[in-house]
Amino acid sequence: MSLGATENSMNNSTDNSASDTVNTAAPRKDSTSIVKRTLAKRYAAEKRFRFYGAAAIGISLLFLAVLIGSIFLKGWPAFIETQVHIDVTYDTQTLGVENGATSQELKTANFYLLIKKTMRDMFPDVTERRERKELYKLISTDAEYQIRQNLIDNPNQLGQSHSFWVLADDELSALYKTGGLKDIANVTHTRLSDQQIAWTHTLEEQGRLRKKFNATFFKNGDSREPEQAGIRAALIGSILTLLITFVLSFPIAVATAIYLEEFAPQNRWTDLIEVNINNLAAVPSIVFGLLGLAVFINFFHLPRSAPVVGGIVLSLMTLPTIIISSRAALKSVPPSIREAGRGLGASRLQVVTHHVLPLAMPGILTGTIIGLAQALGETAPLLMIGMVAFIVDIPSSVTDAATVLPVQVFLWADSPERAFLEKTSAAILVLLVFLIVMNAAAVFLRKRFERKW
Amino acid sequence: MNTTNLVLLLLGLGLATFFYGRQKAYVVSKSHGGMRNMHSLPSQYGVMVSIWCALPALILVLFWKLAEPSVISSLLDSSIPAAVKELGEKSVGLYKNDIANLIEAGGISSDPKKEAVAERWIALSAISSWALLACVLCLAAVGAASAIRKIKPDTRARVMVERVVHWFLIICASIAILTTVGILCSVLFESFRFFQQVSFVEFVTGTKWSPQTAIRVDQVGSSGSFGAIPLFTGTLLISAIAMVVAVPIGLLAAIYLAEYATPRLRAYAKPMLEILAGIPTVVYGFFAALTVAPAIREWGELIGLSPSSESALAAGTVMGIMIIPFISSLSDDVITAVPQAMRDGSYGLGATHSETIKKVVIPAALPGIVSGILLAASRAIGETMIVVMAAGLAANLTANPLEAVTTVTVQIVTLLTGDQEFDSAKTLAAFALGLMLFITTLILNVIALYVVRRYREQYE
Repeated sequence: MSLGATENSMNNSTDNSASDTVNTAAPRKDSTSIVKRTLAKRYAAEKRFRFYGAAAIGISLLFLAVLIGSIFLKGWPAFIETQVHIDVTYDTQTLGVENGATSQELKTANFYLLIKKTMRDMFPDVTERRERKELYKLISTDAEYQIRQNLIDNPNQLGQSHSFWVLADDELSALYKTGGLKDIANVTHTRLSDQQIAWTHTLEEQGRLRKKFNATFFKNGDSREPEQAGIRAALIGSILTLLITFVLSFPIAVATAIYLEEFAPQNRWTDLIEVNINNLAAVPSIVFGLLGLAVFINFFHLPRSAPVVGGIVLSLMTLPTIIISSRAALKSVPPSIREAGRGLGASRLQVVTHHVLPLAMPGILTGTIIGLAQALGETAPLLMIGMVAFIVDIPSSVTDAATVLPVQVFLWADSPERAFLEKTSAAILVLLVFLIVMNAAAVFLRKRFERKW
Repeated sequence: MNTTNLVLLLLGLGLATFFYGRQKAYVVSKSHGGMRNMHSLPSQYGVMVSIWCALPALILVLFWKLAEPSVISSLLDSSIPAAVKELGEKSVGLYKNDIANLIEAGGISSDPKKEAVAERWIALSAISSWALLACVLCLAAVGAASAIRKIKPDTRARVMVERVVHWFLIICASIAILTTVGILCSVLFESFRFFQQVSFVEFVTGTKWSPQTAIRVDQVGSSGSFGAIPLFTGTLLISAIAMVVAVPIGLLAAIYLAEYATPRLRAYAKPMLEILAGIPTVVYGFFAALTVAPAIREWGELIGLSPSSESALAAGTVMGIMIIPFISSLSDDVITAVPQAMRDGSYGLGATHSETIKKVVIPAALPGIVSGILLAASRAIGETMIVVMAAGLAANLTANPLEAVTTVTVQIVTLLTGDQEFDSAKTLAAFALGLMLFITTLILNVIALYVVRRYREQYE
């Protein structure tokens, strides 16, 4: 179009009739009118596009909210446990021991019978065998160990009465702590029989039920009984594994990063190292598990299921992450620092250890924490090296059989009992808390110590 | 004395000799007219002495411990009964395992012969550990003494120390290569053994996967079949669903964050998205299996379909959510790296913001976006926990996302977590699958890294 036409249409841009008269000669060739005609459409497209972008972010955040929300809703009851108040008489006859029995004799005494007798005394009108069996199921098998331990600690209580708060069975607990007992008509999932529910009502009316913070969850290892299962063993296992991971990966990663950034000559070997590190960063974690199984367990005969092997495998897995972020941190230290050091007569190693490394340390630590957080949440490679065992005992060294938090989550998620569902969610919440703390520490380190050169 | 204590002792000795060497350097310097006439700093002399004392001894401990089991085992051969030896290599191995278990249990057995062998084993181990202690202490003493004698003005302690540190750095850097070699060797070696039992062609072209080999010969279905096609298609199906979810959402989110969002929104939304990447995969698996899969089943039934409770759709969708942040943060980086001048040029020609993005920014950033998508795909293919928990075990050859399919990673986990002999075709099959997985992801990663590298050269 000609320059005159442009000026004309610009002058009359608000006045349609004027521009029409000017352009009557060749209306089709005039770009301005085409632009004008399509402008509304284009602005609509602009708005739509913008909306798609915002929607994408909205959907992602919605997913995040649903994920966390559903786990929180499922998990919170696991932090509460239900206890039943029972009055136990340490009756020598029922226990099958005599007065002045040694603690060895007390250990083997029949506490199961005592519990049964206690329950029968609480509900004297239950006489039928089948009904009684249902009655005994209302309290956890843990009660037996609790009253036994008490008697062993205080042998003089033999023959006396004593009252206890003992753990309730998981089904009763699920009903009571979520408020389902008051609203029994709307409860759909319960394996308690009507009879058992009636007894539970009686217990509640007598004030024999109470809710407490579930300390058992943090004190016990795994258990087949949901109400006795805890995450302590898995937590300690995670800490031991992470310790090994840190001890191995941090020095090796920092040394590698220093070599590649400060010393490595430009040659094939260096290229090969760099390519390898970049590739390892994207190798699926399960392949590291295969490596651990074939090399460390079958070839070097390290113990199966042990945190030491888990730690080695996870450190190989996190090495690339830490190396890459350490290199970035070293790279961000300006060359003038190195030149100044060299100018004052320091050797290259002295420049690195005295100046570059301390300046890069916040960045390196941030990367390390992020790498360790990744290792803490990792499950698949640990399944390969046998850390999927049922662990009741708290592991005391890095060569004991152990499991870790994510694997515990995986094991519980497979359990058929409904009470394990809330345990799984609760274990996930604990895991997420650890991850949030670690990531917050990383962000804090970055914000607090980051230098702009 | 066990290995841990020995290593701790050596480290302690190293520390002690460091202080001694440093002190000694001061003393020596006095007779040569002060520190400035020495070649190195006192602490460098200290480190030199410490390295000479501890390093050779530590290396000796390492090699000794590596050689010890096989040496003891071959020495024991003479005391193993001839009857056991006649039965062949395998039973000798079993016998030795028995002895090892016996020692762990306290050395009391019903078989006096075994007890004798166990005693000999214990005696040999004791001799070995005392001999090691003696050798290590000698080596440490000799090393320290010779290094202390070298504390002289013309000894270049700093150069020597720095050379050792330099080698330490090179060795650490080479661990990455060692890891790759280890991965390759372990999967290749076991896969090779697998392909001796099952033909390679059958493995990559067969359409029937049932790895259950019978324990007894007369059982039904005594030979497993290892056709991996259903696993590959299952993996592809789930990964494809994941990409269908993740690519549009991730890309649009990245575009919005990079081009439209105010700095304030960006400061909040970006870390929120990255939380998605930080959540452990086992959590996603739990979410997929217990929240998404039942929901899909219910909705499917509402509209008259009958989705499986382990549908590929559930696992794929959740996996897609998981990889949204990978795509969005990688794309975000490349979109912000597109020079502003290109956008300004487009605006100057009258294009709207979205037209600029679609016609200028995205084409310019395309190589980076493609490589981000490839990396995300490789992550989806190798992802394990989500599919282990939410996808099925049965190998169905189907493209219907509502049916249950199984994947390569699921099969690796199921084949290796049961109790079985390590030599069976079933366990070896897991390594063959691992090899396939490693090769596939390696190819994707190499392409992605190559694309990224070329792209960077273009704009910097």
